[in-house]
Amino acid sequence: MTGELSVAMQPGRSAISGLLRRLPEQLMIWVPLLLAAGHIVSFALWTIWISFTPSTLVPVSGWVGLRNYTAVLATRNWQIAFNNLLLFGSTFVLLSLVTGLLLAILLDQRIRGENVLRSIFLYPLAVSFVVTGTVWSWLLNPGLGIEKLVHDLGWISFRFDWLIDRDMAIWTIVIAAVWQSSGFAMALFLAGLRSVDNELIKAAQIDGAGPVRMYRRVILPTLWPITITVVVIQLQFAISTFDLVRALTNGGPGIATQLPALVVYDLMFQRGLLGRGAAAAVLMLLILLAVLLPYAAWRFVKRRQAGHA
Amino acid sequence: MRKLSFEPSRVLIYLVVSLLAAAYLAPLVVVVLNSFRSNQEIAQASMIGWPKQWAWSNYAAAWSGFCVAETCTGIRPYMLNSALVTIPATIISTMLGAVAGYAVSLWRFRGDSWIYGIVTLGLFLPQQMRLLPWTVVLRDIGLINTLTGLVLVHTIQGLSFTTLFCRNYYAAVPHELIRAARIDGAGFFRIFWRIILPLSSPILIVTVIWQFTHIWNEFLYGVTFTTGQQQPVTAALIALSAAIADIPQHGVQSAAVLIAALPTLLVYFFGGRYFVRGLTAGAVK
Repeated sequence: MTGELSVAMQPGRSAISGLLRRLPEQLMIWVPLLLAAGHIVSFALWTIWISFTPSTLVPVSGWVGLRNYTAVLATRNWQIAFNNLLLFGSTFVLLSLVTGLLLAILLDQRIRGENVLRSIFLYPLAVSFVVTGTVWSWLLNPGLGIEKLVHDLGWISFRFDWLIDRDMAIWTIVIAAVWQSSGFAMALFLAGLRSVDNELIKAAQIDGAGPVRMYRRVILPTLWPITITVVVIQLQFAISTFDLVRALTNGGPGIATQLPALVVYDLMFQRGLLGRGAAAAVLMLLILLAVLLPYAAWRFVKRRQAGHA
Repeated sequence: MRKLSFEPSRVLIYLVVSLLAAAYLAPLVVVVLNSFRSNQEIAQASMIGWPKQWAWSNYAAAWSGFCVAETCTGIRPYMLNSALVTIPATIISTMLGAVAGYAVSLWRFRGDSWIYGIVTLGLFLPQQMRLLPWTVVLRDIGLINTLTGLVLVHTIQGLSFTTLFCRNYYAAVPHELIRAARIDGAGFFRIFWRIILPLSSPILIVTVIWQFTHIWNEFLYGVTFTTGQQQPVTAALIALSAAIADIPQHGVQSAAVLIAALPTLLVYFFGGRYFVRGLTAGAVK
């Protein structure tokens, strides 16, 4: 509509001079947008294509069908990574939801120093995963961190050696990830708690609801859309986790804490198997879509309903 | 002074919240203390402890002394690399995002919602799907293993976020304002410069803080597209821990880790409000 207006306002000018005059703005509009959109589409398609080629050290054309996928899926490396992702993703998301909600409810009790406390719970988000992963690798190292400290204090039989225990090492990643990003859940939940309708709370108070029932029956049910958003974003984070594991365990001991993002990197840049690496990357994308598509559908339905209301 | 109430439930709340705050602060406190302890002291005791003697020399060693792969330059050149990547990429991606957000939200043109939709898909496309294409592109244009290459990557990757932030913010600007300005003969840039930009400082601060934090902390692109002396500080930290795994120097490493974390911590400390706004804005959309 506005476009027609601007044309109508310049009668008599030739189309070419008009185009030339508008060239700078057209460039400023289109170049960044096309670069951003173009690289997303072409990069995604190109990686998908590579995943169907026999590429090893360099990208080559050719067609091997699903061979790269079956090869990746058959490796122990990927199977362990996928199981770890399920374990890590579910516990990490659950624990950071619970911790975040607890923090938000505590901070919502009109306590002194709320701003300082909120900054304390959120600061890990401003620090790189490389830094926090490194620090946690020291704290959880039995010969160096918490276990050593407790030994020095006199409790010799104390054991906390998950970092070097094949079966338990994945939980160290859960600990570090929850520590780092439960503040994010807290921030969203706190915003949600603050926007609960006061009338609703007053009505419940008049009905004689105590604080526990108030939260369970009145306040928490209003938070479930936020909960879904938090879950989806945290899952997205879990699926692409790389830096944290690289710094904390580097996938070890052995390959006990392998995750898909590490498998992709390993295949592409350490083993020089580009086709298989690309296939693993596409598998990661598929896992992500399994989370995002239902979420997008839910948002679409919700928006439809809001539109009709 | 208000009367302090000592209801048991209030005491419990303060107790729990203080314990949790201590747990969140503990790793930071441990690293700060270790950065002042000598390597020997840490080796004899544990990582957790109070410095017997304050070893300030750890910082000097971390900054410009220790060696990674036979180059003894400390963390300084890598900090400089990170700054030379982060600052230009933050500024350019924010500026381009502001113009693009303005164009899609207020200028409206054919295909705007399509192209905007694709741009926002970039928020979800995993980095792993872009590693190979970026490697090929950077190699072809001769920017592999250069800081300029990393600036390019982060600028273009960042456009998804910056465009989204700015578009959502500009969507609240009344269209009548723009229409009136156009009737007065103002063009695309004039309206942006005179009307939109003066309104934009909150969203520009949010965007700059977001971009700065993310690019500074980024690791995967840094370690994939650069090697050796060209690496940003996150990649150098990993190389450092690998290089001195045999003879650990945890005091110096603690200082190095703190120096590397300092820029984003400072940004958070001074701009926390905007940082949180970016965090929630990215999520709620």
